[in-house]
Amino acid sequence: MANLPMFLTIISFLPFLCYSSPENPTDRRILVVLDDIGLKSSHSIFFKSLQTRGLELDFKLADDPKISLQRFGQYLYDGLILFSPTTERFGGSLDLGAILDFVDSGHDLIITTDVSASGLIRSIATECGVDFDEDPSAMVIDHTSYAVSDTEGDHTLIASDDFIQSDVILGSTTIEAPVLYKGIGHSLNSANSLVLKVLSASPSAYSADPNSKLSSPPLLTGLAISLVSVVQARNNARIMISGSLEMFSNRLFRSGAQKAGSSNRYEKSGNEQFVTELSKWIFHERGHLKAANVRHHKVGETDEPAMYRINDDLEYSVEIHEWSGKSWEPYVSNDVQIQFYMMSPYVLKTLSSDQKGKYFTSFKVPDIYGVFQFKVEYQRLGYTSLSLLKQIPVRPFKHNEYERFIKTAFPYYGASFSAMAGFFIFSIVYLYYK
Amino acid sequence: MVGKMEAVNGVKSGSNSSPSTFQSAFFKPDLSLKSLKLKTKQQELLIRVSILTLVYILAFITRLFSVLRYESMIHEFDPYFNYRTTLFLTEKGFYEFWNWFDSESWYPLGRIIGGTLYPGLMVTAALIYSIIRFLRFAVHIREVCVLTAPFFASNTTIVAYFFGKELWDSGAGLVAAALIAICPGYISRSVAGSYDNEGVAIFALLLTFYLFVKAVNTGSLAWALASAFGYFYMVSAWGGYVFIINLIPLYAMVLLITGRYSMRLYVAYNCMYILGMLLAMQIRFVGFQHVQSGEHMAAMGVFFLMQVFYFLDWVKHLLSDTKLFQAFLRITVTCAVGVGAIALGVGTASGYISPWTGRFYSLLDPTYAKDHIPIIASVSEHQPTAWSSFMFDFHILLFLFPAGLYFCFKRLSDATIFIVMYGLTSMYFAGVMVRLILVATPAMCLISAIAVSATIKNLTQLVRTKSKVAHTGSSKGTTSGKASSKASLDQSLPFQRNGAVALLIGAFYLLCKYVTHCTWVTSEAYSSPSIVLAARGAYGNRVIFDDYREAYFWLRQNTPPDAKVMSWWDYGYQITAMGNRTVIVDNNTWNNTHIATVGRAMSSYEDEAYEIMRSLDVDYVLVVFGGVTGYSSDDINKFLWMVRIGGGVFPVIKEPDYLVNGEYRVDKGAAPKMLNCLMYKLSYYRFGELQTEYGKPPGYDRARGAEIGNKDIKLEYLEEAFTTSNWIVRIYKVKPPNNRW
Repeated sequence: MANLPMFLTIISFLPFLCYSSPENPTDRRILVVLDDIGLKSSHSIFFKSLQTRGLELDFKLADDPKISLQRFGQYLYDGLILFSPTTERFGGSLDLGAILDFVDSGHDLIITTDVSASGLIRSIATECGVDFDEDPSAMVIDHTSYAVSDTEGDHTLIASDDFIQSDVILGSTTIEAPVLYKGIGHSLNSANSLVLKVLSASPSAYSADPNSKLSSPPLLTGLAISLVSVVQARNNARIMISGSLEMFSNRLFRSGAQKAGSSNRYEKSGNEQFVTELSKWIFHERGHLKAANVRHHKVGETDEPAMYRINDDLEYSVEIHEWSGKSWEPYVSNDVQIQFYMMSPYVLKTLSSDQKGKYFTSFKVPDIYGVFQFKVEYQRLGYTSLSLLKQIPVRPFKHNEYERFIKTAFPYYGASFSAMAGFFIFSIVYLYYK
Repeated sequence: MVGKMEAVNGVKSGSNSSPSTFQSAFFKPDLSLKSLKLKTKQQELLIRVSILTLVYILAFITRLFSVLRYESMIHEFDPYFNYRTTLFLTEKGFYEFWNWFDSESWYPLGRIIGGTLYPGLMVTAALIYSIIRFLRFAVHIREVCVLTAPFFASNTTIVAYFFGKELWDSGAGLVAAALIAICPGYISRSVAGSYDNEGVAIFALLLTFYLFVKAVNTGSLAWALASAFGYFYMVSAWGGYVFIINLIPLYAMVLLITGRYSMRLYVAYNCMYILGMLLAMQIRFVGFQHVQSGEHMAAMGVFFLMQVFYFLDWVKHLLSDTKLFQAFLRITVTCAVGVGAIALGVGTASGYISPWTGRFYSLLDPTYAKDHIPIIASVSEHQPTAWSSFMFDFHILLFLFPAGLYFCFKRLSDATIFIVMYGLTSMYFAGVMVRLILVATPAMCLISAIAVSATIKNLTQLVRTKSKVAHTGSSKGTTSGKASSKASLDQSLPFQRNGAVALLIGAFYLLCKYVTHCTWVTSEAYSSPSIVLAARGAYGNRVIFDDYREAYFWLRQNTPPDAKVMSWWDYGYQITAMGNRTVIVDNNTWNNTHIATVGRAMSSYEDEAYEIMRSLDVDYVLVVFGGVTGYSSDDINKFLWMVRIGGGVFPVIKEPDYLVNGEYRVDKGAAPKMLNCLMYKLSYYRFGELQTEYGKPPGYDRARGAEIGNKDIKLEYLEEAFTTSNWIVRIYKVKPPNNRW
C-alpha cells in the first residue's frame, strides 16, 4: 500500500513522460521494415548515420505478426522506412490503408523498392503520386552515363548527377560525385502537383528488361524517368520514393564512382552524402518552418480587435522560425507576402523583415465591408508550407462615426434653421397682428 | 337580434364583476339589466363594448391553436431572423442594433442588418418585453415574440371597429371587427409564433387608413398628424407601406377628378404626406426613397397637383369672369403637368430618381418576374393566386364583397370612396400575389361588414315594422331616410315579413358557416409551424417530424463555431438563428449573384462544385430531402429554381440539361446531368439502399413517387456528416484537399 502514492505520482507524470516535445519537429522514432534481416548489416552505414543523428530505429521483419504503427489510437513512430521491395503482405496490422493514414496524419515515409517490386509497394507509390514501370523485370538502363566499373556490365548501374537544385532538400554542400543507382525507374503522375523529382535519369536512359531483347520502344525514357522523388504532403508529411534499394547499401556507399565518358573518378560515390542529406530533409531536420506570434492591431494600439472598421490603419506582424536540427533559428527572407482577402485579395503586400525572423507591415483596410482574411501563404521549394489564415470581419461606419458637421453643408443648415425661425415669426405675426 | 344580445350580455355582465370602468358606475349587484334603468344609448354602449371585448379576446385565442397543437415556438423562415434580431436588440440595446454588422450571414460579404431591415416589429416586441419585465413578469423574449402577432391582431379588430364606424355606422364596425378577428386571410400571417412583419403591419396599415379617412372626414390637422404617425409605424414595420403611399395619392386624385376636392382633403393629404415622408426618412432602410425612388413619385406628383388646385381655387375666388378662369385653368394645368413630366423625365434620366424595382413591376405586370427575375418568381408566396385560395381565405366574404360595394355606391361619400378604392386595388394585388391576400383582407372584411350590417338592419326593420304600427321605423334616429322609404315601399309586397325572417335565418346560417370554416382553416391549415411537420400515421395517430431542429441542434453542437454552411437560401435564417453558424446565403435575397453562385454549385458536377465551395470557404453543405417521408417541399423539388437562378447569372448552367423532353424527373429516365449533379447526389446518397415503402423497390422516392435513377452514388469531395432520423435534413462535410495530391 505504501507504493500507492508513488504509483499515483508516476501515473500523473505519465502524460508528461510520453509527451514528445512539439517544439521539435524532427522525427525521433522510426520503424524500419525489412524484407530480410541481412539488409540490416548490408545497409548498416545508412542506419548508423540515422542512429548517430539521434533517431531510434525499430527494426521489424515485414512478416512480423506484431508489426503495428499505432497502439490505442496513438502512433508509436514518427517515421517509417520500407526496405521491403518484395513483400506482398505485411504482418500485423500494417497495410496500404494504415500506411496512407500514417502519412495523412503527418508522419514521414521512405519507400524503396527494387526490380522485383511487389504490388503492394507499387500501390503505395501510386497513392503518393509516382508510377513505377509496370514491367516487373524492367530496370533503368543507360548506355552513355553508366557507372564505369571493373566488370563490364549491362549498364544497369548508372551514375547520375542530375540533382534537384535546392539547398534545403540536399544540403548546402554540393554533391560532387555522381550517385550510383541500380534499380527500376518511375514516372511522376502529372495530376499530382506535390511530387518532386530529386534525382533524375539522364536523357539517354530508358527503362527495359536488360536480359531480353528490346522488341518495342520502352514506355519510360529519358528525363521522364525519375530515380528518386519526394513528396511533401499538404500536412507537411514528407515521403521519399526510390526505385533502388541498393543505392542505400554499404557497397555503393563505399565504392568509387566514375561516370562513363567523364575523366573524373571519385574515390567515393555521392550516395552517402545524397542519401544522408535527403534523409535529414525527410525526417524534418531541415527545411521546417513555423510561424509564431501572428499579431494584428490598429496603428497605435496593441490589442487585437474582434472587428475592424473600413479605412482603419492596421499593423500586422508574424515571426517565422526555421528548425536547424537543434533549435529554432530566425528565418530570413524577403519574399513573404500577405493578402487581405475576401474572395480576392484586396491588399497584397510583401512583408518587411527585421532580419531576425520578424515580418511586419501596415496597411489601410480597404473601403469595403465584409469578412476578410489575413492570408499568408508561404510555399517555397523544400520548406514546409506555411498557411496562416485569420478571419476578421470589417464593418462599415457606425451612424455616429461620420462627421457631425460638414463645412460644405452649412448652406443647408442655414436654410433649415432660417426656415424654422421664419415659420415661427410668421405664425406669431399671422396669429396676433391682424 | 338586439334582445338576444341583451340576454347573452346580461348573463355575461352578471358573471363578470366589471367589464369596463365606465359601466361599473351603473352596476349594482343582483340586478338585471332592465332594472339598471339604463337609457337606450347607454344600453347600446354597454352592448357594443361587451361585443368588442369578446371579439378582442376571440381574435387572440383563435390564434393560439398553433401553441396548443405544437408548442410555443417561432414558425417558418423569416420569423427566425426577426427573432434573432429581437434577441440581439434586447441583449445589446438599440444602438448596437442600429449599427449591427452581421458577419454570420452572406459570408464573406456580410450584411448590415441595422440598415437593411424594418425595425418596427423588433422594437415593438422589445418594448412589450421591457414593459412586461418592468411589471415584474419574468417572461422569455420568445414568448413575447410568439404572442406579438395575436396581440396585434386583437388590436386590429378595434381599429376595424372604428374604421367601420367611420365608414358606415357602429353596427358595421362591430361586424367588421368580428369578421376580421377570424378571417383566415389574416390569420394565415398572424397565428401565435408567426413572428413576421405582417403581424404588426396590417394593424399599422388599417390604423393609417382609418386615421386618414378620419382626417379627410373632419379636415382636422390632429387626425392627419395621427395618420402620419400611423404611416411612420407602418414604414418602420413592413415594405408594404408602398401600398399606402400609392393608394392615398390615388384616392386624392380620384377625389380631385370627381370634383370632391375640399379643404378637408387638402389639409389631410398635405399634412399626412409631408410629415409622413419626413418621419419615414428616419427609417434607415427607407432613407431618401420618398424623394428618390420611382415608386414614391406618385405621392409627390399629387402633392404638387394639390397645390395647383388650391392656387386655382384661390384664383377662381378672385376672378369673377368664368371665361377668363377657364383659359387660365387650361394654361395652368397644362403647365403644371408639363413641368411635372419634365421634372420626372430629367430626374429619371439623370439617375436621381431610381426606376421601379422588380417587385413593383411584377405587381403591375404579373408575368414580369417569371421572365426577368427568377428569384422573385421562385418564392411560393409570390405566385399568382389560385381561385381556390380566395375561397379558402375569404369564404363568404367573397360574395358579400360585391354586395358591400353596392351599398357603398348607394351611399357615396369620401369615406366610402376610399374603402371602395382600397378594396378594388387590393383585390387586384391579391390576384397577382398570394401573399397580398393579406392586404386585401381588411378591405374585404370592412366592405362585407357594410353588406352584412346594412342587410340585417333592413331586414330587422322589416320584421319590426310589421309587428309594430306602420311607419314607426321612420322615426328612428339612426335609420337613414332612404332605408325607411324603402321599408315603406316594401310594405306592399306579400309575405314580406316571412321573407325577411327567412332571409335573416339565411344570413345567420351563412355567418355561422363562416365561423366554422374559419375555425377549421385556422386549426388545420394555418397553425402548422412548418419547422415541425406533422403527419398521420398508419393507425391515424399523429407523427411528428422534428428533423429541422434536430439538424440545427447538431450543427450547433458538433461543428466549429466559425464553420460556414452552404444551403439553399430558404434555410439561411434558420441555420443562423438555431444553428448559430455562418451561412453563405439567406432569406434576405439582396445579392442575386451570391445566390446564383450557390445555385450553380448545387447544379454542377461534384468536382466543379468543389471548386466553388472551396472559393467560398464552405465547410458544410445542408440539403433538405423529403424522399423518405414524402415531404414535398424539399430541395429536389426546388431544384429547378436553383438551376434557373444559377443559369440567370452563369450561362453555363442550362435548364434543358436537367430536363428530359421538358419533363423534370429523378428516375432512370432523368437527364444524365441531373443524375450526377451535386444536389441529386447529396439528396440521394445511400438512398438506393433504403426500403422506404413496403412492396416498393429500394430507393423509392415517396415525395415524387418514383424509383431513383442513380442508386450507386459515390462522393469524392464531400462526406456525409449527419442525417436526421427521418432523412429530412442531410448535412455533408466538405473534405479538405487531398493530402498527397
